[in-house]
Amino acid sequence: MSARNRELLGLIPASLLVTAGFAGVFIQRSNALSNASLTYGALFLGLCIAAHIFIRFTLPRADPYMFPLVAVLASFGLVMVYRINPTLARQQAQWFVLGLILFAATIILLRDYRKLERYRYIIVLISLGLLVLPRLPGIGYSANGAYLGVRIPGLFVFQPAEFAKIGLVIFLASYLRDTRQVLVQGGRRFLGITFPPLKQFGPVVVIWGLAMATLVVLSDTGSSVMFYGGLLAMLYVATNRLSFVVIGLIAAGIGFWYLGTHIPHIHARVETWLHPLNPTLYHAPLGSYQVANSIFAQAAGGLFGQGFGQAQLTLPGGGPLLPFPQTDMIYAVITDELGLFGAVAVLITYLLFVARGFKVALLARDSFSTLLAVGLSAMFALQVFVIVGGVTRVIPLTGVTLPFISYGGSSIVANLVLLALLLLVSDRARRPE
Amino acid sequence: MNAPIARLFGVVILLFALLVLFTSRWTVFEASSLNNNTLNVRTLLDELKIKRGRILAADGTVLAKSVPAPGNTWSRTYPTGRLFSQPVGFSIAAKSEAIGLEDSAGADLRGIQTGLSSIFGQLSPRPVGDDVYTTLDPKGQRAAIQALAGMHGSVVALDPSTGAVKVMYANPGYDNNNPPSSNSTTDTTFNRVTQGHYAPGSTFKIVTATAAIDSGMYTPNSVINGNSPITVSGVPLANDGGKSWGPQTLTTAMTYSINTIFAQVAEHVGRGTMTDYMKRFGFYSKPPLDYPSFQLAISQPYVTPTRAYPPASRDEDIGRIGIGEGGLLVTPLQMAMVASAVADGGTLMTPHLIDRVVDQDGRTVRTTNPTVYSHVMKSSTAAEVTRMMEKVVEEGTGTAVQLGGISVAGKTGTAQIGPNGSNLTQPAFVAFAPADHPKIAIAVMIDESNGGFGGSVAAPIAKTVLQTLLADGA
Repeated sequence: MSARNRELLGLIPASLLVTAGFAGVFIQRSNALSNASLTYGALFLGLCIAAHIFIRFTLPRADPYMFPLVAVLASFGLVMVYRINPTLARQQAQWFVLGLILFAATIILLRDYRKLERYRYIIVLISLGLLVLPRLPGIGYSANGAYLGVRIPGLFVFQPAEFAKIGLVIFLASYLRDTRQVLVQGGRRFLGITFPPLKQFGPVVVIWGLAMATLVVLSDTGSSVMFYGGLLAMLYVATNRLSFVVIGLIAAGIGFWYLGTHIPHIHARVETWLHPLNPTLYHAPLGSYQVANSIFAQAAGGLFGQGFGQAQLTLPGGGPLLPFPQTDMIYAVITDELGLFGAVAVLITYLLFVARGFKVALLARDSFSTLLAVGLSAMFALQVFVIVGGVTRVIPLTGVTLPFISYGGSSIVANLVLLALLLLVSDRARRPE
Repeated sequence: MNAPIARLFGVVILLFALLVLFTSRWTVFEASSLNNNTLNVRTLLDELKIKRGRILAADGTVLAKSVPAPGNTWSRTYPTGRLFSQPVGFSIAAKSEAIGLEDSAGADLRGIQTGLSSIFGQLSPRPVGDDVYTTLDPKGQRAAIQALAGMHGSVVALDPSTGAVKVMYANPGYDNNNPPSSNSTTDTTFNRVTQGHYAPGSTFKIVTATAAIDSGMYTPNSVINGNSPITVSGVPLANDGGKSWGPQTLTTAMTYSINTIFAQVAEHVGRGTMTDYMKRFGFYSKPPLDYPSFQLAISQPYVTPTRAYPPASRDEDIGRIGIGEGGLLVTPLQMAMVASAVADGGTLMTPHLIDRVVDQDGRTVRTTNPTVYSHVMKSSTAAEVTRMMEKVVEEGTGTAVQLGGISVAGKTGTAQIGPNGSNLTQPAFVAFAPADHPKIAIAVMIDESNGGFGGSVAAPIAKTVLQTLLADGA
């Protein structure tokens, strides 16, 4: 079977999921099956088939599993967001359409994505500029002490970090392709450890510094961890030097330790991470209420969950029982309603997507393509880890979105562009010489 | 660059394994401790979403029902308010507070499902509990509240043949739609019928007479010297008004409530036998009522209001206990059980408030079958004690309760309370009717009266309630 036919078949589970999901929510809501669930399923399937036909013509050799996996995640996300707030789901569907348009635009404009290398410094400057936008007075806004978004009143709200991550990966892939040989050969051994040459390593250090600055200036721990982890992953693949990664981790460890103990907002996050069930912290403003209720919600889910639409999200008085259920906490809602099994199914879907991303990297025939695919996949995996790890108390909770599932236009659009880039790399890699 | 990519993927797998591990930790390994954490309000909110069943009187009057509250929750409302607040109690799910039947019948009212029904129950959009039909009689209850006329005291009536509680009312009470705070001076959730400790006074002579006759040591015609005073446990004991009655039968001693005779009888019967009969009547243990255990008090002799004598203790003044003094403290419910046992030919039926539980489809889930709590005495003894109690109402201290046409068997009690020389009494009246075919056993106990007697203060209240219940075909 050709790759594209496999992709088409792969879309069937996604549309079944969205139909069944909406049916479930409707049954729960009105105790009657509305044919709207079929309409939603059909519309979603129509969109996916349109995208599939587009891929069929433009990237016939691209990986056949990535798009269906994304469709499964996005349809699942749509159902979850619908269950939490139907209005938001409608917006989310609109963002999905816009995302697909940008997805198509990326594929058409970047047929030869390697020309991106020419603009790497422009790209990195734009990315860094995007990162500081939320701090600008007038358009920037903050949530929970972190500067995460940009608001242009009356027009739109967006989270620049979602786009900046793609720009940074493109820059690093290009930069490391140029310097990887020098980084390895020019390294000096000291005390049995290979240290990279400063000259070539300089820009990498700059990125490290910027990631830390992002953290300090924007208090956006989640993005900071994601960027830095992505950087280390790409550096490791580019140089095959574990010592670089270890040095990087130690440097980051010192940085995080310092910030965790000296910046009140980050310190508070660490405290609520360590002691979420402490009654004083629980009742404190910006305390552990969110983290504690995240694990309470997961406990309520158990092995099989309470069922679609059964999770308790608000207090009878109207206040939130689980704050930010549609964004930060959506994984807790999934676990509450679908249990450990549902949550693990979601994680496996992500893992499969990341595995396909790494597969693209393995097949790529030039270093830039490989590093680009590795960087995008690693960044994607780290984003999942940062938010799910935060919700499950593996690490302190920081606000990044759960890709394709959380409510949020920037996230869904940026991740569809990320998918477009991976498919572009994949198609080129499989193209006969 | 292939090897590092493979290793990097290994790291990603490890990170995701960590996520799965922690998700399992919360959903499985630590789930129950998290579910029970005091900070976790989910269990409480689930409770609020349950539509608890109704509580109804025997005639179908609704005593408690659920009404919709904001946020898909339910709250409780009590249409009859303070009239039934003591047996019904209240439930405030948001505070995890419940007393009365709202607590003791909680499992039925919430409709806790088990096994298969809980699996199918998940399909139903809203959990609904079962209705609880009680044995309570609204007319009797209303008669009690009117007859007490604001006086602090308790009225409790049972059906001797089944143990069904017909009336349970006490003053002061409270409106269960609006439970009083603990420092309220006018209202209380304290249920005197089951929690109140009264000095039974001469009403206890029913127990003493039962022990005396059933043990074979006395007959109703045994003659005992009724002179006053006599020395009991080294302390002089006098009859009411210091009257010396001379030799009298046990029946006459009962009719006119002669203390000195009953004190001698109790001493002669002895602590062991007296304690044995008291236990058969239900003393020394919490009454077996379908009511919250924390709202049931034990009737027995007490050294201090909070410290009881061990059963058959040598320190007890059994002579005074035999006339309802000597530190003996009883609940009105216990005294109604005493009357009930005599009325039912010596068999004490287990008292109960719940008649049956009916689900939302009208199917009866459970019916309370009358059960025997204990065989207190031979039926011949019961007949003899009944005859003695009839005489009390016919010509003795309890004439105020005569119903005309219906014979009543009863016993008055007028315990002296307060310091020596004070005029304060606790009037009590324990009875059943009709004497030949008893349908109602009743105990009326008044907290405090300024010189009033059981026959003058408590007996008229018993009469009103008995008349109402018997007219109602009880």
